[in-house]
Amino acid sequence: MRGKPGIGTWIGFIVILVWCLLPIAWIVSLSFKSLAETTTGSPQFLPKDATWENYKVLLGMTDDKTASHDFLAALRNSFGISIIATILAVMIATLAAYAIARLDFKGKRLVLSLALAITMFPVVSLVGPLFDMWRTFHLFNTWPGLIIPYMTFTLPLAIWVLSAFFREIPWEMEQAAQVDGATSWQAFRKVIVPLAAPGVFTAAILTFFFAWNEFVLAISLTSTTKSRTVPAQMSYFVGPDPFNPPYVQLATASVIVTIPVIIIVLLFQRRIVAGLTSGAVKG
Amino acid sequence: MTATTIPRETKAAPRPEVSERSAAENRLGQKLVAPALIMMLLVTAYPMLQALYLSLFRYRLTTPDDKAFIGLANYGTILTDSLFWKDTINTVVIMVVTVAVELVIGFAFAMVMHRIIFARGVMRTAILIPYGIITVVSAFAWQFTFSINNGWVNAWFDWLPGISSTTNWYGDHWHAMFAIMVSEIWKTTPFMALLLLAGLSQISEDMLEAAKVDGATAWQRLYKVILPNMKAAIMVAVLFRALDAFRIFDNIFIMTKGAQNTESSSFLTYRQAIEQFQLGLGSALSVLLFLTTLLVAYLIVKLFAVNLAQARGEG
Repeated sequence: MRGKPGIGTWIGFIVILVWCLLPIAWIVSLSFKSLAETTTGSPQFLPKDATWENYKVLLGMTDDKTASHDFLAALRNSFGISIIATILAVMIATLAAYAIARLDFKGKRLVLSLALAITMFPVVSLVGPLFDMWRTFHLFNTWPGLIIPYMTFTLPLAIWVLSAFFREIPWEMEQAAQVDGATSWQAFRKVIVPLAAPGVFTAAILTFFFAWNEFVLAISLTSTTKSRTVPAQMSYFVGPDPFNPPYVQLATASVIVTIPVIIIVLLFQRRIVAGLTSGAVKG
Repeated sequence: MTATTIPRETKAAPRPEVSERSAAENRLGQKLVAPALIMMLLVTAYPMLQALYLSLFRYRLTTPDDKAFIGLANYGTILTDSLFWKDTINTVVIMVVTVAVELVIGFAFAMVMHRIIFARGVMRTAILIPYGIITVVSAFAWQFTFSINNGWVNAWFDWLPGISSTTNWYGDHWHAMFAIMVSEIWKTTPFMALLLLAGLSQISEDMLEAAKVDGATAWQRLYKVILPNMKAAIMVAVLFRALDAFRIFDNIFIMTKGAQNTESSSFLTYRQAIEQFQLGLGSALSVLLFLTTLLVAYLIVKLFAVNLAQARGEG
């Protein structure tokens, strides 16, 4: 099968690039159009007069700070909530995945089947009861109110990825440490953790993507910019004209929140692919 | 730590060779998984039971004093409502169409990625961008693409029958469903392609070479060698994507807000519980959504086992 790439492979290559990048090019182009241009209708792909105006408005570099205030608050919430949820989820998942990959204990099946059930779980079916619970516990419209469910929903993926990575780590290293007098815990911390770091990193990236992307819980469990994340905030964007969606501002916000994703993908593409497919083939 | 919540049965383990060391291993294992287990139970199992309980009440947050036990009446209300069935059908249509299209396109992409020997990094980066992008962003990008005044679909494809410069993609049911499905397919095909690629790279080149030497055509190699050997990968990809498509919410919320009958089951549940504060009815919908998801998972596992067995039987 492999060998010289034929003409078909070349065409396929170009099709895939167009498929993946055309919509990105489109929102980038749209973000440089002026508000006036889209109000009158602008079906051509590229802007007539490219302008940085939308970026200035959203990032608070103009006198009118109403749009930028909400957007920047949402951006802060998104970063804060996603990063905290990622760190906590990966820490908890690392412990669990180590146990699953290395130790023999009762209840392993329970953890694995629960994790599998959660990956298939319809998140929406939790919003009603969670909404009710969060109001009782005063977690509604707070950062922890989103961090806790985000951690939970990313735990299964993180445990899955991490235990797949952990199985690849040479057993002998750990045993050697134990022979040398280390306890199970010391063997874990001093030997396995450094070896497992790449896997942990991969799990962290996938977890971050999930939290950065999440929308259902973000609109259901928040009510103000105190804790609303970018995806939720974007669904509340209202431009100067309430009857027309502010296309250009939404496109600009889209470009801004996609930049972190593109940076992560550029730097870690190999790891992300390994993480996504781990466990999928043999699993 | 918090390990006490897990029942410990180490001492009573039936295996005769239970040494002190393996008992310690058992305890450590349970301690390490405890935080994850507790989190998962607390945030999913407990609210789900709560939903089961609330679903038996007439309970609306706007009139909390009116809360009353009404048995299965909420379920009766839902199951006899045509809106529930319409939304369920929409969801199933979206799931079946998007997964089928993604399976075909994803497989083609996987073949290309498998064969390509140049620019692998570029390709991987490109394919991961739709995967990593926020669904809401994808929904907006495609909403604008199909926009009547500001989109390029009408301008570029007006030579196709059925598309003109005045085609209103959000004006009727099927056009709107089409736009929603395009956004969904664009965003998730890369994930499908990567899972299939992983399966494809597991197939030994020797086997394909042998089939080639024996005179199998390209199609025969595809159907009799490649596909049967990718069974596990296809199964996993379809299962994950189907259940993911079944909970479609973001795209519909952004692109149509459920207008033109494009509402999905998830959207209906959200609307009842959050927008209308119908916690009783919303909880009943949650329970039904959960049960339907289980049913879908069960059907896919069944269906695929049969199909693949047949495919193999022919070989």
